[in-house]
Amino acid sequence: MSAFLDISHIDMVFPTPTGDFTALKGVDLQIKKGEFVSLIGHSGCGKSTVLNVVAGLYQATTGGVILNNREVREPGPERAVVFQNHSLLPWLTSYQNVELAVKQVFGNKMNKAETKEWIEHNLKLVHMDHAMHKRPNEISGGMKQRVGIARALAMQPEVLLMDEPFGALDALTRAHMQDSLMEIQNELNNTVIMITHDVDEAVLLSDRIVMMTNGPSATIGEILDVELERPRDRLSLAKDIEYNRLRAEVLTFLYEKQRKVENISSKKTATTAKKATA
Amino acid sequence: MTTIINKLPITTPSVVSLKNFISSISKVLILPFIGITLFLMFWTVAAQNINTSLGKFPGPQAVYEQFHSLYGEHTAERAKAEKFYERQEVRNAARLEADPTYNAKVRNYTGKETFFDQILTSLVTVTSGFLLAAMIAIPLGIAMGLNRHLNAAVNPIVQIFKPVSPLAWLPLITMVVSALYVSDDPMVSKSFLNSLLTVTLCSLWPMVINTSIGVSSLDQDLKNVSRVLRLPMLKHIQKIVLPASIPMIFTGMRLSFGVAWMVLIAAEMLAQNPGLGKFVWDEFQNGSSDSLARIMAAVIVIGFIGFLLDRGMLQLQRMASWDKSATTV
Repeated sequence: MSAFLDISHIDMVFPTPTGDFTALKGVDLQIKKGEFVSLIGHSGCGKSTVLNVVAGLYQATTGGVILNNREVREPGPERAVVFQNHSLLPWLTSYQNVELAVKQVFGNKMNKAETKEWIEHNLKLVHMDHAMHKRPNEISGGMKQRVGIARALAMQPEVLLMDEPFGALDALTRAHMQDSLMEIQNELNNTVIMITHDVDEAVLLSDRIVMMTNGPSATIGEILDVELERPRDRLSLAKDIEYNRLRAEVLTFLYEKQRKVENISSKKTATTAKKATA
Repeated sequence: MTTIINKLPITTPSVVSLKNFISSISKVLILPFIGITLFLMFWTVAAQNINTSLGKFPGPQAVYEQFHSLYGEHTAERAKAEKFYERQEVRNAARLEADPTYNAKVRNYTGKETFFDQILTSLVTVTSGFLLAAMIAIPLGIAMGLNRHLNAAVNPIVQIFKPVSPLAWLPLITMVVSALYVSDDPMVSKSFLNSLLTVTLCSLWPMVINTSIGVSSLDQDLKNVSRVLRLPMLKHIQKIVLPASIPMIFTGMRLSFGVAWMVLIAAEMLAQNPGLGKFVWDEFQNGSSDSLARIMAAVIVIGFIGFLLDRGMLQLQRMASWDKSATTV
């Protein structure tokens, strides 16, 4: 059986004024339907680039992405993206932001009442029904991110792509959002690729953790299966032996095997890589 | 004495709020009042020491008197016009009575424009010229903002024409209008068209530049949202590009309207369009002892109208913009 989402031998080369910059080299990953996969790695290693290739926002230089037996050639709502800084349209209310997506995706399949119901259903799912008619500047960062997730979920994507969705939030809000996400995932069982910096977040949420090596020419270093039982509870897991073993593995990968050597020349490459992936 | 003051039921917060009140009053009223008074004093003194061939330079008093006489002339002219129409009506009624087949002619009063008529003409001209400019500049700016290649092609032209003075355009426009605008029954006069087109040509550029910058600086994330949703081009412009660049577009429009008003006065002087510019020019040519005071009155009116137009645009911007923070003065 072929995988639901096949990221097949991707190379990504960005032309720069000082010559070509190889961001990704031979990234190869197969994801099953309903699987929650985290991408973790140091900043500038090309995690976002992988996600953008899957989203279709970038075209891989060689290799390609096959979703549900169709090749990905351009962005589309079946691969909804939750962006790092919410990316809500600031002049629209939460409701209208979701509405724009729903109308575009289901415009001729839903009538007015169904559309309204579907928008409200998705906002309820992320516990934002109380602030549906507020604009992004009237709600907190966590709430904005919730609306961003509602907008993505409302497209009924085949794969949900999340680019450090909770990276800009404070620790408490982040924990809250992670619980919400697990709750939603329990209900919908979406296929998810999530980029994260946060080791605990990766272990808590994922079925598999994909650890990436440092760029340039970043690729997949190790893949860790997380076989903790669901539903997961952060408090009881804190003392769980398996949880701590997984956590230690990721930490070992990041801080021993792929430790960033901080000298001036590597910093330079890191910044160029960042620019290229930005 | 101090004991009495201490016994007064003044609590500290009310003293603080009184202080705030006084300081805000002084900001809004007292300081501007002082500024204006000092300016008027300086003006009076300076005016007395400037002798021109048309007499002393007018001080505030002389200008104030001219405002009165301008208003008097206006009401007198209006009364004359009314009487003219009354007479005409009576005459026509009489002739109709004598001969029912008579086709009554209604002639327009052709008295000279008063100062206030000229203000109105100026406002009509500047608004028409500005609206024409907006109709060209905003779509062009959006197209330039969306398309880097178009921007690279058009930008040099914009940059070169932007600093051109209206006085340089006017002769060209005059000649082109008289060559192309030939009609037995013209809808508008040539002088009106000349001033209007000059205003358009000069107020085009700030709007083009601001609109294109506003559109091209659209957040990459919002562009990505649009791409993920696969919004068609027109919907992308309508739902994402336009609302996002409204603050910049309005900033451009405000700048342009300011330019338009400045340009208009110069254009009217030379095009002899019956507006404030022509008023200034006519008074200058007239050269009576009141002329300078009347011109100074016009200067003040021009300044006031410019200020009000800008405030009006700001209000419009506040109403149209979602980003209230972008519209602080």
